[in-house]
Amino acid sequence: MLESYIRDKQKQKDLLLMTHIVMGYPSFDDSHAMVKHMVAAGVDLMELQIPFSEPMADGPVILKANQKALEQGATVAKCLAFAKDMAARYPIPFLFMTYANIPYRFGMAAFAKTTANIGLTGAIVPDLPMEEGAEYLQAMKKNQLSPIQMFSPGTSDARMAQIASIASGFIYCLARKGVTGAQTDLSDDLAQYLARCRKAASVPLAVGFGIKDRADMDFLAGRADIAVIGSETIRVMEKGGVAAVRDFIQGLSRSA
Amino acid sequence: MKHRGYYGGFGGAFLPEILIPTFDELVSVFESAKTDPGFRNQYETLMAQYSGRPTPLTFAANLTRHFDGAKIYIKREDLNHTGAHKANNVMGQGLLVKKMGKTRVIAETGAGQHGVACATMAAKFGFDCTIYMGEKDVMRQRPNVFWMEQLGATVVPVTDGTKILKDAINQAFRDWVTNMDTTHYVLGTACGPHPFPEMVAWFQSIIGIEAKQQILDLEGRLPDRVYACVGGGSNALGLFAGFLDDPVELVGVEAGGKGIDTGFHAARLSSTDAGAGIAQGYKTYFLQDDDGQMKETHSISAGLDYVGVSPILAHMHETKTARFESATDAEVVDALKLTMRSEGIIPALESAHAFAGAFREAPTLSRDQIIIINQSGRGDKDIFTVADVLNDPEWKTFIQTKAAQYHA
Repeated sequence: MLESYIRDKQKQKDLLLMTHIVMGYPSFDDSHAMVKHMVAAGVDLMELQIPFSEPMADGPVILKANQKALEQGATVAKCLAFAKDMAARYPIPFLFMTYANIPYRFGMAAFAKTTANIGLTGAIVPDLPMEEGAEYLQAMKKNQLSPIQMFSPGTSDARMAQIASIASGFIYCLARKGVTGAQTDLSDDLAQYLARCRKAASVPLAVGFGIKDRADMDFLAGRADIAVIGSETIRVMEKGGVAAVRDFIQGLSRSA
Repeated sequence: MKHRGYYGGFGGAFLPEILIPTFDELVSVFESAKTDPGFRNQYETLMAQYSGRPTPLTFAANLTRHFDGAKIYIKREDLNHTGAHKANNVMGQGLLVKKMGKTRVIAETGAGQHGVACATMAAKFGFDCTIYMGEKDVMRQRPNVFWMEQLGATVVPVTDGTKILKDAINQAFRDWVTNMDTTHYVLGTACGPHPFPEMVAWFQSIIGIEAKQQILDLEGRLPDRVYACVGGGSNALGLFAGFLDDPVELVGVEAGGKGIDTGFHAARLSSTDAGAGIAQGYKTYFLQDDDGQMKETHSISAGLDYVGVSPILAHMHETKTARFESATDAEVVDALKLTMRSEGIIPALESAHAFAGAFREAPTLSRDQIIIINQSGRGDKDIFTVADVLNDPEWKTFIQTKAAQYHA
């Protein structure tokens, strides 16, 4: 179970690290090398994004990665095979990240069943809010998977309570308004918002959107349970290659 | 759990969590406006004084004689201020933006008509304005880009994806999730998350309500069929709105592009190439592959090559409340030429799809039957595209001379 894995890991680290890759970008071989290096460098969980042609919540870096992956022939079938391989090889939890149309076209029930069968622990689908997600939530629950829910700074206390009531694994707290990859101002406002998230939910809290360096990690330690790094690893890879990602992640990994 | 904005199995609000409060605010402002007769009155007065409504219903005597079938009437949305039905929606949303106290508007545009209308509204109301437009559409519709900029808007060419309308919509959403405190996204058609389909259709219903009254005044009876082109579907829903409870056949005409069998088209309801899906915040028919990735679309008209379609029209298609046809680029050019020569009217390439669909059927109807074609916009903006298709030598010489002057 995802939550117990996180609780267990927290005995060794005061802030876990979740990273993200777009499967098939720049190639499936490179995606595998990224996963291998990230796991070796101490990443605790990983999002595997199934590319979508209309990634509404993603900023320019991940948007471009989605488009390139699709241009180079990344299909849902290839992504599922890749994810299955990763889950079998590496001892950390993997989650799918994608947009609603991918599981909808696959069939929500079949998608959840396949996700469980290939050894993933959950999924993050940003354009599937709880109001629209009944079938998805039910299918995920049936397969003991975590359909990761989200909080944003604009989410009211009442809505946070509703979201928390269906949450499983952890809740993904968006650090700010906007899309992925832009600068986030780590401030008192963020600290207050995270305190509000903590009050609303008993599951662990992950924080993402604009998290990119050691100082960000230091700020989040004690305020959240998991830091999420997405766009920055792609930027590092594009600049310095896959090996640079390993050094980057090693520089961020913490101990308790 | 709330289930709002559904039309049968289509619609909904598939939104990232970050936008939920913004949409809650929009739903609440729209709901209160919709039930306030004072608001509708304010809107209709504004449209009468600023946009020239009611637009005429023109009897097309020469086309009627030419086809020797049904009597043909044209609803003249091209005579709205800024030259298209788009004004109806943007002025309405502008009034809502004022109610919400926001100071900036953003919009997407394909053909540019919605962008021009939005920039006009922003200038009138004093809002900052940014328009997202696919790079390909910027190339096709430079005259409209010029006017948007002169009206004070910033036009941002979108270079992602297929570089057309759907990509401009994605980019506008990305701006909105960052700036929603000050900014309203003036979505241009009856698509997207709830309440946009209902809200845009509600503002556009002014077309059909007028047209019904006008045909009753002129002919003392209802039309047999009404025709409108369908991109997102806002002008079609506007016209159809007047006749929903009447025995009138509603016909939507989509972009058949190079032909339905070629794959180069944007026919979502009139072909079998589209399937139900979820993207850009709503569920509808999309042209997509088996994995759910959106396909490229094609049309001679930038305003119709959209990958989705209004969820309200998708529902009308399933319930057979409306019939959907398509017209090819070639048929559209023929319809445009005939309309210009016979009636002295220049429809936009988008609207010419409705004309092409109606011309196919008019001769099969009897002389005592009546049809109405919605001319959603005027064709001035298409001068470059049409001149290319017609291969007009004097136009080419003019452009070459003008280009030489710029290089001099």
